[in-house]
Amino acid sequence: MRFVAAAIVLGAVPFLGLPAFYESFLYLVFHWVVLATSWNILSGYSGYFSFGHAAFFGIGVYTTAVLAGKLDWPFLWTLPFAAAVPALVGVALGAIIFRVRALRGELFALLTLAVTFVVSTLVLNTPVDGGPGVMLSAVSIPKLAPTVSGTFYLLSLVLALATVAIAYAVYHSRFGTGLFAIHDDEAVAEVMGVPTYRFKLAAFALSCALAGVAGGIYGVFVSYVTVGETFSGFVALYVILMAALGGTRHWLGPALGAAALTTLLYVFTTSDYAVAGRAAMGLIFILVILFLPQGLLGRFAHRKALPRRNAPIPSAAPSTKNMESILVVRDLSKAFKGVQALSHVELDVRRGEILGLVGPNGSGKSTLINLVSGHYPVDSGSIRFEGRELVGKAPHRIARAGIARTYQIPRPFPHLTVLENVALPPMFGQVVMDRAAAEAEAWRWLEFTGLAGKALLQPQHLNLHQRKFLELARALASRPKLLFLDEVLSGLTPSEMNEAIRLIRAIRDQGATIVFVEHVMRAVMELTDRVVVLTYGKNIAAGAPGDVMRDPLVITAYLGAAHA
Amino acid sequence: MPSYTLLGQSALSGVFIGALYGLLGLGLTLSWGMLRQINLAHFALVFLGAYLTYQLGAAGMDPLVTLALIAPAFFLFGAALHLLLARFKVNALNTLLVTFGFMVMLESLIQWIWSADFRRLESHYGDVKWKVGELFVPLPELLTLALACGLALAVWAALRFTDLGKAMRATAEDAPIAAAFGVNEKLLSLLLSGLCAAFAAVAGMCLALSHTLAPSQIYAWIGVVFAVVMIGGLGNPLGPLVAGVVIGVSEGLTMAVTAPVWAPLVSFSLLIAALLLRPEKF
Repeated sequence: MRFVAAAIVLGAVPFLGLPAFYESFLYLVFHWVVLATSWNILSGYSGYFSFGHAAFFGIGVYTTAVLAGKLDWPFLWTLPFAAAVPALVGVALGAIIFRVRALRGELFALLTLAVTFVVSTLVLNTPVDGGPGVMLSAVSIPKLAPTVSGTFYLLSLVLALATVAIAYAVYHSRFGTGLFAIHDDEAVAEVMGVPTYRFKLAAFALSCALAGVAGGIYGVFVSYVTVGETFSGFVALYVILMAALGGTRHWLGPALGAAALTTLLYVFTTSDYAVAGRAAMGLIFILVILFLPQGLLGRFAHRKALPRRNAPIPSAAPSTKNMESILVVRDLSKAFKGVQALSHVELDVRRGEILGLVGPNGSGKSTLINLVSGHYPVDSGSIRFEGRELVGKAPHRIARAGIARTYQIPRPFPHLTVLENVALPPMFGQVVMDRAAAEAEAWRWLEFTGLAGKALLQPQHLNLHQRKFLELARALASRPKLLFLDEVLSGLTPSEMNEAIRLIRAIRDQGATIVFVEHVMRAVMELTDRVVVLTYGKNIAAGAPGDVMRDPLVITAYLGAAHA
Repeated sequence: MPSYTLLGQSALSGVFIGALYGLLGLGLTLSWGMLRQINLAHFALVFLGAYLTYQLGAAGMDPLVTLALIAPAFFLFGAALHLLLARFKVNALNTLLVTFGFMVMLESLIQWIWSADFRRLESHYGDVKWKVGELFVPLPELLTLALACGLALAVWAALRFTDLGKAMRATAEDAPIAAAFGVNEKLLSLLLSGLCAAFAAVAGMCLALSHTLAPSQIYAWIGVVFAVVMIGGLGNPLGPLVAGVVIGVSEGLTMAVTAPVWAPLVSFSLLIAALLLRPEKF
């Protein structure tokens, strides 16, 4: 409502007969709001820092410059193309860049920086510009307001409102949750079902498109565009500074930072003491960052949890223990640079059972989990889940098929609350839920694991035992058919361990099949129906817990051979 | 096809400009790779160093002698900057922002003292030129190349072979663990930060010897030097020099063979290709 009211008030400005100066100044503010906010949708939310926003802004500028200035298209008709062309370039670039797995944030930043140089060189030396710049003063401006400056004001206002609204919507959506998860831990996000590749591409395209439209309008506004001005380093630098100043983790942060910095720049560069003004701006900048490192809105960056609403307890699917195998692993091998972590491993997991997977340290248990969940690519062999082959599938598809895991060393998303951490997997699970439904589901599992009291804290405020339970809650919230528990008991005190064992029983009673990797033999004996033993990456025994533990091979593997 | 003399001269000037890229990048790569500080103020410091060299040179002082005054002063500035960043526990992204603030302030200072006009240092080094075969070798550029190679090799050797260098590398890898093994992490970081700023003074002197100065030129170097730093591998003292020379030479040859305007396209296409084909190398 407030949003609509603000839009109406701002929309009335050109009709008040103010001096054109105000409209032009506000035009510039909105222009930077769009650029900073669009940058933030990719770089702030997902953490992939782009130093190349000027490239996409510039492609937008020149798309309109060519279509309107050289081919005489009507100005407004060029704007969809000013969005589409940069978005396509972004997608093409992203399709290459994001496929490279090892690409860390710094390299993404460098690549986008390089793209700016390449694009500007191409534009400068082809008929697109050719050197002298493009005059756009002959482009006719549609009369949306009494004055020309009013028209630009209205255009940029609409675009700025749309951009902020998009940033707001993304921020609160499933898409935004996925981007924030990518920011914190991309590998875990993927294993929890987030289609990271597609999400990064989509965010990149959106970011480029909005910057492109801003560019299209800007070109006609300044009426004469040159490569030097358009692709200057200032655009890339200023959008980062604006977003950081306002707060990159808040949807409104970049807009606020843009308004503040544009005003500061304007006031200082037009005053009588322009040089001193610039120095003062530098000082203000330093002070804000030192004392408000999360940006002006950093304190408000936590998304409000939706009103709590418990999901109905699902009718517990009766645990149908039978002989049917839910997961069949055959002849699975994996080597890391010559170390054979797994060789020709076989595993059958029967529906409804708790299977213990044990073996000494380094025997390949965690590697097996990492292969099934898709975290590492498989060297050879097959993994069939409910009859479907998993080898070669992206981790998020495996999660979506109904497999979940915990991490031995808990890996929560550090900047999301406990509630958001647990609500993430249901949004990307077998049944896709919206944020409200997912949070309701999350509350249920927080109750179940006794973490409801900590729901609105960040994971850093949890102790080890609570973090382990957070891992459990997160794995459960997607209602997996098959759950891998990787040493959830290690490091717990005996009483915490009893609580955990009770939980795991309850989980099985809800119908999940569990593969239980553990060193704590008491728990293995108490909980499991069957046990499989690995050592040096090979199967050595399988069967009922009591029998397996008396197997001489197993005793040798754990305790060494007797020399007597 | 241009003559071999032209190609040779272009390649040589590429080597010289690459050496300057490398010299500018040396301090940046060390502070980014080892201290996790992305120091934009480095560029402004380089220019401040260049202007000071210009000023003292105008008063009749030999540029190499001015270094003895400027470098220690910059060392103190670098250490003070580090104290500030460490005191507020500024993260890597925010160091970019804070040092941007310093860059703007230093730029204003330079403009206030020396105005926005172009300035050119007149020194007796500028007139010295040798002819080697068909090629001209100007002394200022040769000095830059020698300093760039000397400093990069010295830092590399110090990090690799001295106890102090090993302690620094350990600190860069894992500061708390290094501290637990008795490394005085705070002092080392201070020292390194001071050194990086002192390297800016050296780069500044070389810049003053070979280039015309204007405050707005500060921004012109950021893109290519950052690229050189990242291609060379963060924290690797030899990286910027090697990457700088590669980019410089490829730019020089492109200018000779086609038009000067295509130079950035070649170097950055090389970069993109390298990143995509061998990402594990970076």
